[in-house]
Amino acid sequence: MGGIDEKPRGDTAVTDRVNPRVGNLAARVRRSVSDASDVLWRRWEQAARWQRWLVYLMLIGLAIVAPSPVIGSFMSPFTDWPSLLFNPIGVYVLLALGLNVVVGYAGLLDLGYVAFFAIGAYTLAYFSTTYGWLFWPTLVVGVTLAAVSGVILGAPTLRLRGDYLAIVTLGFGEIVRITAVNTDEIGGARGITNIPHPPNLFGVQFLLDPLPYYYIILSLIILVIIFSIRLERSRVGRAWAAIREDEDAAELMGVPTFRFKLLAFATGALVGGMAGVVFAGKVIFIEPNNFPFILSATILAAVVLGGSGNIPGVILGAFLIAWLPERFRGLAEYRILFFGAVLVAVMALRPEGLLPSRRRRAELREGSGGMGRLGGEVSCASASSEVISAEARQ
Amino acid sequence: MVWNDVVAQFGPSTIGGLAFGSIYALIALGYTMVYGVLRLINFAHSEIFMIGTFAALFVLNLVDLSAPLSGLALVGMLLLLIVVAMAVSGGAAVLLEQVAYRPLRRHGASRLAALISAIGASIFLQELFALIVIPDVFHRPQQGGRLPVPGPRLVNRDVLFSIGNANVRTDQLIVIVAALIMMVLLNQLVNRSRIGRGIRATAQDPEAAVLMGVSIDGIVRLTFLLGGAMAGVAGVLYLMEFEVTNYFVGFALGIKAFTSAVLGGIGNLRGALLGGILLGLIENWGAIFFGSQWKDVIAFIVLVVVLLFRPTGILGESLQKARA
Repeated sequence: MGGIDEKPRGDTAVTDRVNPRVGNLAARVRRSVSDASDVLWRRWEQAARWQRWLVYLMLIGLAIVAPSPVIGSFMSPFTDWPSLLFNPIGVYVLLALGLNVVVGYAGLLDLGYVAFFAIGAYTLAYFSTTYGWLFWPTLVVGVTLAAVSGVILGAPTLRLRGDYLAIVTLGFGEIVRITAVNTDEIGGARGITNIPHPPNLFGVQFLLDPLPYYYIILSLIILVIIFSIRLERSRVGRAWAAIREDEDAAELMGVPTFRFKLLAFATGALVGGMAGVVFAGKVIFIEPNNFPFILSATILAAVVLGGSGNIPGVILGAFLIAWLPERFRGLAEYRILFFGAVLVAVMALRPEGLLPSRRRRAELREGSGGMGRLGGEVSCASASSEVISAEARQ
Repeated sequence: MVWNDVVAQFGPSTIGGLAFGSIYALIALGYTMVYGVLRLINFAHSEIFMIGTFAALFVLNLVDLSAPLSGLALVGMLLLLIVVAMAVSGGAAVLLEQVAYRPLRRHGASRLAALISAIGASIFLQELFALIVIPDVFHRPQQGGRLPVPGPRLVNRDVLFSIGNANVRTDQLIVIVAALIMMVLLNQLVNRSRIGRGIRATAQDPEAAVLMGVSIDGIVRLTFLLGGAMAGVAGVLYLMEFEVTNYFVGFALGIKAFTSAVLGGIGNLRGALLGGILLGLIENWGAIFFGSQWKDVIAFIVLVVVLLFRPTGILGESLQKARA
């Protein structure tokens, strides 16, 4: 069973490189991309501590100067670049980082992630317009409410597995949206208008200029990245990895799987709520249609496209998914059509995502971690013949 | 809420729920069969249904009905529509499998990747219809492809007979009966025929099935073909009942249909029927008490409750006999 890639991968990218002339074009592209990323990974693993810090600082510096018009002129000739950087790019990256905890770390499939985003946004919109709450304390409240709703959703449903969880979370996302449409208290289908902007902070005014919002979301993103990395390398992260790879084995080894799954859900929800509050603080007006199912799907696509479980990959995926359709606004309406086609093509060429972590890729090869293999043990006749011909030629 | 109102609405709601539920059940069959064989949520199945509604609409536009049909003409017309929609939807489903799933299956990709591919295919098909097919093929460039496309009235809404205070209309009866016939036929095919045995064998144990000489690729293609054809029938019935369709019509119905499949026990053909009918009934009954705007919420809450007490659905996963 299986194709060429089934062969155990050595530590060096050179020894296991299959003859590049074997296979069709798609397979060749797939291999060369994966070789290139292997080389990069090895560089990174061998780099000294100060070199890594240098890279981190450079990346943060790049993010700080990103809104400059020089960069904007080629990144986004059709739309205002700084506002694009806030929404969708910043918002998507933050959401993808949050969903990454659920999907990438704990291996749970959440198709209703947008619900937490909505809960955060509605918290700010409702409390600030009705009771005049200020932005910063409401950020804390919104994050807490989102996390609590994550627990409320997770408590009954996390005993389910894989696809059942997917459909229940999808249902939850729709329930939240429909409830918002049907509840007049929070504006019904018309939504909530005149959401106040955040108050001044360090003398910076928050008005229509997207720049200050971009820096808020950038600092939140950096915070969440640090938080995610620390979590991943802690006992919690190891428990998540164990659950993701084999839930039964983890349970038998004494990992309280249910509690850790709940924690993953709450953590993801918390980040989603955070993004929602900041989003609502910028846009002045929200309505239920801001939170459709397709947004959940898009964020999930960003996570998987980038390489779920790997933070640089997830950020890259979210950036590409947010940026490409805007960059190619020249294609007008056809960009969503292309988006769909690109998703199919990338998954066919590189199902593990653009920048998967090593561990994740090994898991996916083995069939654990990604909810198992497609078609289980089924292998295509053509795939085995491909292996035979590849071996014969070598 | 006056109790008499509830009693008065109960009968009509039940009939409406049965008709809705039959359509859910037909779509659910596609989800359940593909899930049984590949363990994949075929997210783009809702678009296969959407294509079915447009295939039926295309034929109706060609025929250019002047008045609603009845009698033999109606039966003949329905048969024609069903055959065309089955062919188109089934073909689209096979093509979908070829393009979006087969490459991933060949690499042994993760099911998560397949799900993303499915979502991509779903977006692609919706946009393809909204941007190209609806404006060009259905001649609506001015209105744009995103607005609903109305269809002609195929059958008069006469009351055929009444059960208590519930009036059964012709169109509702056709939906229920046609859906039942299709499901019985499919059930016979899967349980009695040689290819049906292949499907069941693959669902239970693909490896053993291969060793016994079952062609996996063929079975997968067949599964998509059958599921797509059922979605095509659902498309015809939907168009007849609601007389309107749009590029986004599959989304809500697809979610409901998948919910039905899970409710009845995914991978189980009879479960899909039971789940679909139950979901239709519960939704309509719930709407009496809470108002029809809460229909979808009720449906999902029921799903969560059922899954809590019976995680494998009401009838359990029988097509694959609870594969680990």
